[in-house]
Amino acid sequence: MGTSVFYLVAFLSIFFSLMVIFAKNPVHSVLYLIVTFFTFTVHYILLNAQFLAVVNFIVYMGAIMVLFLFVLMLLNLNKENEPLKSGLVKVVGIVAGCCLVVTLIGSLKATAVSDPLVLQNPNLGLVKNLGKELFGPFMLPFELSSILLLTAMVGAVLLTKKEKV
Amino acid sequence: MDNLTQTLQGVPLNHYIWLSAIIFTIGVIGVLTRRNAIVIFMSVELMLNAVNLLLTAFSVHSNDPSGQVFVFFIMALAAAEVAVGLSIIVMVYRNTQSTDINVLNRLKW
Repeated sequence: MGTSVFYLVAFLSIFFSLMVIFAKNPVHSVLYLIVTFFTFTVHYILLNAQFLAVVNFIVYMGAIMVLFLFVLMLLNLNKENEPLKSGLVKVVGIVAGCCLVVTLIGSLKATAVSDPLVLQNPNLGLVKNLGKELFGPFMLPFELSSILLLTAMVGAVLLTKKEKV
Repeated sequence: MDNLTQTLQGVPLNHYIWLSAIIFTIGVIGVLTRRNAIVIFMSVELMLNAVNLLLTAFSVHSNDPSGQVFVFFIMALAAAEVAVGLSIIVMVYRNTQSTDINVLNRLKW
């Protein structure tokens, strides 16, 4: 088995994220994005980050993607007549993206640090360890994030409310 | 679970960086080439997830739980961002009857 699990899952995540971009129908894009997030969950499990795997599963696949699907159904956009960008813009976008990835990988090759990833502490990503970290040094940001979520909720309700004329 | 994580040990750190770079680039290409606002939004989510994976890999590499706490915060931030962004898209759709971003060119130039 070895490390082939990682390469298989990495191939799957790249494949499905390409499908997200090139699918014509937005509903298909959302469904492919859900599969992509599932492969990310598998990556987290392989890294022994079990808390993050569960949170990724619940928050991303459960909450955010359902919100996307819900809005798509609400807007009635699941038809195939989406106007596409002109061919020139598409080609330029893809060329720019390829330049970006070539630059990133080339600069990584120049540094040439490639020691294998070793899990030194098997308890690193478990709930007990992360909870101690979250409610110890990161207490203030944790509480501030609750204010952020409350602000986002108020903003979303205010934005979508119909204005009284 | 122990057997599963033991198989991880041989993957070089560079391969995680490559994977994250490729997925981030796919997100960038999606933002550049699509016109539907919701698909652009999903590409942004893809970029956020690439960064999350890289943070987790480095957190495991340097044996520091702070990286995984950051990923948790990024997820909370993404939830807030999605709520506000989708409500903006709903409002745009209500005003223009489409989610085509080329309609919204008042602020161009």
